[in-house]
Amino acid sequence: MSDPREAAASVVDPEIRVITIDELGILRAVEEDPASGRVVVTITPTYTGCPAMDVIRADIRRALAAAGHPDAEVRTVYSPAWSTDWITEAGRAKLAAAGIAPPAPAPRGGTVVPLTLAVRCPRCGSPETEQVSRFGSTACKALWRCRSCREPFDHLKAL
Amino acid sequence: MNGPFDFTLAIGDDALIAAQRLAEWTSHAPEMEEDIALANIALDQLGAARLLLTYAGELEGAGRDEDALAYLRDDREFRNCLLVELPNGDFAVTMVKLLLLAAYQVPLYTALAGCADERLAAIGAKARKESAYHLDHASLWVKRLGDGTEESHRRTQAALEQLWPYHHELFTADPAAPVDPATLRADFDATVSAVLDEAGLTRPEGGWAPAGGREGVHTEELSYLLAEMQVLHRAHPGARW
Repeated sequence: MSDPREAAASVVDPEIRVITIDELGILRAVEEDPASGRVVVTITPTYTGCPAMDVIRADIRRALAAAGHPDAEVRTVYSPAWSTDWITEAGRAKLAAAGIAPPAPAPRGGTVVPLTLAVRCPRCGSPETEQVSRFGSTACKALWRCRSCREPFDHLKAL
Repeated sequence: MNGPFDFTLAIGDDALIAAQRLAEWTSHAPEMEEDIALANIALDQLGAARLLLTYAGELEGAGRDEDALAYLRDDREFRNCLLVELPNGDFAVTMVKLLLLAAYQVPLYTALAGCADERLAAIGAKARKESAYHLDHASLWVKRLGDGTEESHRRTQAALEQLWPYHHELFTADPAAPVDPATLRADFDATVSAVLDEAGLTRPEGGWAPAGGREGVHTEELSYLLAEMQVLHRAHPGARW
């Protein structure tokens, strides 16, 4: 039987498969009742309508069962609201390596600022980039393009 | 309205019906990027609707979950404002409607984030970030359309004339609610006026203020929308993916 925290933390995001839910900052707590062995995992969604949540819950239960913790419950909390500031440094590096520009620090006041300064191209590193679409392939991303190497890329919106 | 259940149901229904309307644009939007944008905004609205209707069901205490509330109520039991049920019309109508809705939802969710009810506060804190992005998106489009070509200006002004009477209903006073909608009006006015000024659009005059949505008296448009939204669940109760 292995550490339940480690097992839950190893679950990858089903839509951005290069990053774990721990690195993404949506894994909030893993608690094990020493008497019963029951594990309670607490997660929070990136966006309220994120359609990946059901898969994430199922993947956590599967990972815990494989690690010897068949009695597991996954709880979802909404407060405090997720922020891209919770993405770890390792997570940011993995996003960039996968061609997804990581977010800038989240704007103050909890709202998204339309102008994102100097999003660097994850392929060539150029700051000469432009937004193509304010929304992208998932709720948390926008579509950008590099003016230097001409490659389009996803950008995880600061939230 | 009177109290947390009616209030939560009303703002949950606003989000649900807005989500369903916006989703109609999927694969029909004027360009690919906008198709994705409208689908994403619909998804955010649906996310907020699920949280609010789940909580409304708990407040009611009659055993109704989000699905029972979304799929098994008839039009007279829905409490959404009339604005969100109106047809999408052309792209100008859709964007002006989204501007009015988001300019209301941002101060609404912001006020909720600071209210005494912990569940509503958590939902508000989460949803306001998403609504701020919707407001930003709609504002950019309304400015672009209003200050665009003669035709885009004409259509956007017409959309504004058509929809403006319906915004009054959003601010009907309800001192017993967790957030009194009447307190949100100044914020809405400031936001919308600034966008209209920059867009070169004229704020409509006139006092016609259709209402009734919060009491379950809707336009006929809602019935058609519900028929499409509910048919699968009613034909196959408990159906799952």
